Amino acid sequence: MNKLFISPSPHVYEDTTVKRLMFDVVIALLPALVFSIYFFGMGAIIVTLTAVVSCIAFEWLIQKFILKQEPSITDGSALVTGILLAFNVPSNLPIWIIIIGSLVAIGVGKMSFGGLGNNPFNPALVGRVFMLISFPVQMTSWPIPGVTRFTNWLKPISAADLDAVTGATPLGIIGNNVGKVLEKIDVATGDTLRHTVTIQDIYNGQVVINEEVVKTFDQVPEYASQLLGNIGGSIGEISAIALLIGFAYLLIRKVITWHIPVSIIGSVFLFAGVLHLINPEYYIAPEFHLLTGGLLLGAIFMATDYVTSPMSVKGIWVYGIGIGLITVSIRVFGVYPEGVSFAILIMNAFVPLINMYIKPKRFGEEVKNGQ
Amino acid sequence: MSTTILFTVISLSAIGSIAAIILYFVAQKFKVYEDPRIDQVEEILPAANCGGCGYPGCRGFAEAMVKADDLSPFYCPVGGNETMTQAAEILGKAVEAKDPLVAVIRCSGSPEHRKRVNTYDGASTCVIVSGLYSGETGCQYGCHGLGDCVDVCDFEAIYMDEETGLPVVIDDNCTACGACVKECPNDIIELRKKNKKDRKIFVSCVNIDKGGIAKKACEVACIGCKACVKVCAYDAITVENFLAYIDPNLCKLCRKCVDVCPTNSILEINFPPRKVKVEATETVETKKVETPVGPTGENEKKENDNNIINQEG
Amino acid sequence: MLKTFPKGGVHPAEGKYSANSVIEKLSLPKTVSIPIAQHIGAPSKAIVAKGDKVKVGDKIAESTGFVSANIHSSVSGTVVKVDKVLDSTGYKRPCVIIDVEGDEWNESIDRSIELKKEISLTDKEIIQRINESGIVGLGGATFPSHVKLSVPDGKKIDVLIINGVECEPYLTSDHRLMLEKAKEMLVGIQIIMKALSVNLALIGIENNKPDAISHLQNLVKDYPGVEVHALKVQYPQGGEKQLIKALINREVPSGALPLNVGAVVHNVGTAFAVYEAVQKNKPLFERIVTLTGKSVKKPSNFMVRIGTPVTELIEAAGGLPEDTGKVINGGPMMGKALNSLEVPVVKGTSGILIMPVVLSARKKESDCIRCAKCVSVCPQGLEPFLLNKLAQLGKNDKLETNAVMDCIECGSCSYTCPAGLPLLDYIRLGKSKVSQIIRSRKQ
Ligand code: SF4
Ligand code: SF4
Ligand code: SF4
Ligand code: SF4
Repeated sequence: MNKLFISPSPHVYEDTTVKRLMFDVVIALLPALVFSIYFFGMGAIIVTLTAVVSCIAFEWLIQKFILKQEPSITDGSALVTGILLAFNVPSNLPIWIIIIGSLVAIGVGKMSFGGLGNNPFNPALVGRVFMLISFPVQMTSWPIPGVTRFTNWLKPISAADLDAVTGATPLGIIGNNVGKVLEKIDVATGDTLRHTVTIQDIYNGQVVINEEVVKTFDQVPEYASQLLGNIGGSIGEISAIALLIGFAYLLIRKVITWHIPVSIIGSVFLFAGVLHLINPEYYIAPEFHLLTGGLLLGAIFMATDYVTSPMSVKGIWVYGIGIGLITVSIRVFGVYPEGVSFAILIMNAFVPLINMYIKPKRFGEEVKNGQ
Repeated sequence: MSTTILFTVISLSAIGSIAAIILYFVAQKFKVYEDPRIDQVEEILPAANCGGCGYPGCRGFAEAMVKADDLSPFYCPVGGNETMTQAAEILGKAVEAKDPLVAVIRCSGSPEHRKRVNTYDGASTCVIVSGLYSGETGCQYGCHGLGDCVDVCDFEAIYMDEETGLPVVIDDNCTACGACVKECPNDIIELRKKNKKDRKIFVSCVNIDKGGIAKKACEVACIGCKACVKVCAYDAITVENFLAYIDPNLCKLCRKCVDVCPTNSILEINFPPRKVKVEATETVETKKVETPVGPTGENEKKENDNNIINQEG
Repeated sequence: MLKTFPKGGVHPAEGKYSANSVIEKLSLPKTVSIPIAQHIGAPSKAIVAKGDKVKVGDKIAESTGFVSANIHSSVSGTVVKVDKVLDSTGYKRPCVIIDVEGDEWNESIDRSIELKKEISLTDKEIIQRINESGIVGLGGATFPSHVKLSVPDGKKIDVLIINGVECEPYLTSDHRLMLEKAKEMLVGIQIIMKALSVNLALIGIENNKPDAISHLQNLVKDYPGVEVHALKVQYPQGGEKQLIKALINREVPSGALPLNVGAVVHNVGTAFAVYEAVQKNKPLFERIVTLTGKSVKKPSNFMVRIGTPVTELIEAAGGLPEDTGKVINGGPMMGKALNSLEVPVVKGTSGILIMPVVLSARKKESDCIRCAKCVSVCPQGLEPFLLNKLAQLGKNDKLETNAVMDCIECGSCSYTCPAGLPLLDYIRLGKSKVSQIIRSRKQ
């Protein structure tokens, strides 16, 4: 007979492991990856592969040579970070920028805090925001879906190329135009016509200001395109349907609970809805907010990152609603057309505080206090 | 643009200075009088904040000493007599010198002597094992070998010997702060007098089972046979609950007991190797242990072995 | 919807292999070692010595306080010695060791098998008899039963809750009891109701035992005031606080006892033991023990005399499987791993579970990923990840403010943690440290 094992109870375990959870997240991201490959072609593949490989490589190198630990890349968390990082950048981003971004994501965002479980900020977002700040031009030049599909991907990207292939994201179009006052001298009368650009104008494809030139702009994509992903944007954020499929998978596999995505999406919808009701001329319809700018990607995959989200359900509501409000505020009042990444990072910073002050409801606690 | 910057700078500095002024007054208001000698005493303490004195941190100790009339209950094991005399000078009081102590591990149950009869698979700390059951071996009193004492030592004075699975004290580093003594759930560690040349003789066992049971669980267990009691000329040894104890204050380090112990439970440490009678070599196992100087005690051990061989030759 | 407790909980694989095995009487062993501390509270004092002859049911150790219990001999024979023997606590503790000679019962025990329904004793006498018979909570907690029945002045009990949940995976002893000894058990419940002078008793049974539920539902018609309730299969449904919340929606305040909300909880096994003690004058010296496990040849339910070595049960169930890695006294969630198979069955042994080697070792540990799964499964609304960390750091004051003492040690947190952290190991450590501090503060 073998020697008996002795350990304190319990003696049985759920078969969930960190590895399984991470790979479930990867599986949930696959539909979005498929869609983005369809729309962005080779670029999406290259960017994703680069990000994944460099994230894993950096994690391994840092653990092995700097921290001198047993590398733990097999837990899949670097893989998830890599994919998420790729999903947050345009598909034509130069490879070297991605590699730097990965280094920042893993090195600064994760390892400098002690690795998985200790990082206060979502590593992929740290990487993304770093790139956004350091390489704003490249990070905000999105290829028009379909245009670059399987072409041009080997060529280094020059400024001219960028111009040729980039399309603005829906949020960018709106952010750059709505509310601006357009002045035009009527040739016939000599009067100065003033016109404040409204959402409706943009929906109708009527005006856009580019320097002083007035030209008709392509329409903001229809909802159908937005759902499918046929819009400009980062690799992973463009197809709402694919992201929702991933969400369903995560729920079924009990990897995440519905609370975070629902609280974010709900609060964005409500806040944007209220603004829209107040002034539909200036504030776009709330559905539009939901389907663009990586909101779904952020709500489903980034904000739900275990390490950087609160532990109690009450805390999660605070966190989710906070992200929702900040996102809409940045989009509507701020200079950046997109706010999800920043909103999540800001709320990440509050998570320790939330965990400290918002505790789960203890059994028998209220009764005790009520006595 | 520049006005904005100017405005920002001015307002920020204004806020800053107001805050500073408020802080200053608040600090003044809430300032408590502190005996300046507390600082002086704290200055000379080792600042290890190990708690070996029984107070939370060196400052707590300094405060208590300043307040007290009599310094005799106070002792900083880290600083030792020297520090205590200095402190006494500052406070104008007297202290008595105390014998320096050192931690010793009273268990020799390496796997070779003490068979492992089951496999522990829980959280890796001794205190959890001891809360759960009698441990991986038949001896419920002995060392669990999971190193709680190592974790708690602030002075890197203990390490786990991988071969024996037992902790080893590096006497030169040990300040006798007593942290490990408190931590060990099985009370295996004892602070004993650091004699001349750091020589020590002690019973390296804490098993209080009857002889037969103890011996079955561990070959080097004290079986309470009292052979050592009989041979000790200074009445330093007592046997209680089938376990011998050598009083460090009475022991004269004559080493007689070491030879008579049938289970080799008594250790002698830092003694020069002695002449071994030829016919005795077979039965009496050598028990000479050098104070290790670090986790790689290998060399010393070899040297020691060589010494013994030379002596025999 | 089925009743259940509101927060947390897990659902481990049930593995009730022995659910259909009829209770068998285990043949008498050659010797028994009866520990004299088998309950929570003060250990009893042995009142026999080497050489004494004892009969089945003779008292061999006497309770030493209010929270303590008598111990009776489970066999007839000669006391060999009173010595320390390794028992299921994992330590050697004093036991009365008796060589079995024949099977001669104390004359006062009524060995007839017909059901005796009418209760002739008064409430005081009932409690007295239960105390005398050494009955303790048979669900595993082994809290002396007479203590729970002696309601302090000023407290009012209005409902008796009978725990037939058996939420621990694998175990089936309560299940079999509810099927085979239902009538006796129901009389036992009525005895307890009389002792507490309550008119309502609710039996809670998890819905994975439909046969027991319907069987009892048919029978309770004849027992006024007794109701049967099916509960959702969710661990730890059988935790006292959880069960009370599920059945009568009252929340036992943190740090308080069920009687603060007017309820008393007893296990079905205890109810049966009460019946035997009160109606048949039979002290507690045998109990039903499940012997089960994935590789066990013949998963069984035995009626076992207290003090019988576990090996005897294993032999009777077809021997120790080749691939045994762990033997657990109790269920897999709260049971205790045994370090020897010679340990005796005690009053609290509801089952012996034999785990194959592949299921015995723990998951590999990695760092906490803060997934909050432990928080969401904790039925007590605690934060196990935090308690674990605090206990490791020895921050006892913080442990206390974070309600470590509310932990019921159900193990749901360790069960679920994807990082394989031994959360409950450390939480238990923290609990014991904090309770020491609380105790010293009271003094
Ligand atoms: S070995 Fe023990 S007594 Fe010596 S310094 Fe370390 S903790 Fe203190
Ligand atoms: S001496 Fe004590 S604390 Fe140290 S390893 Fe042994 S049992 Fe643990
Ligand atoms: S379940 Fe485990 S990994 Fe998840 S938060 Fe709790 S302790 Fe951490
Ligand atoms: S903390 Fe305690 S009550 Fe909560 S799940 Fe863990 S063991 Fe159960």
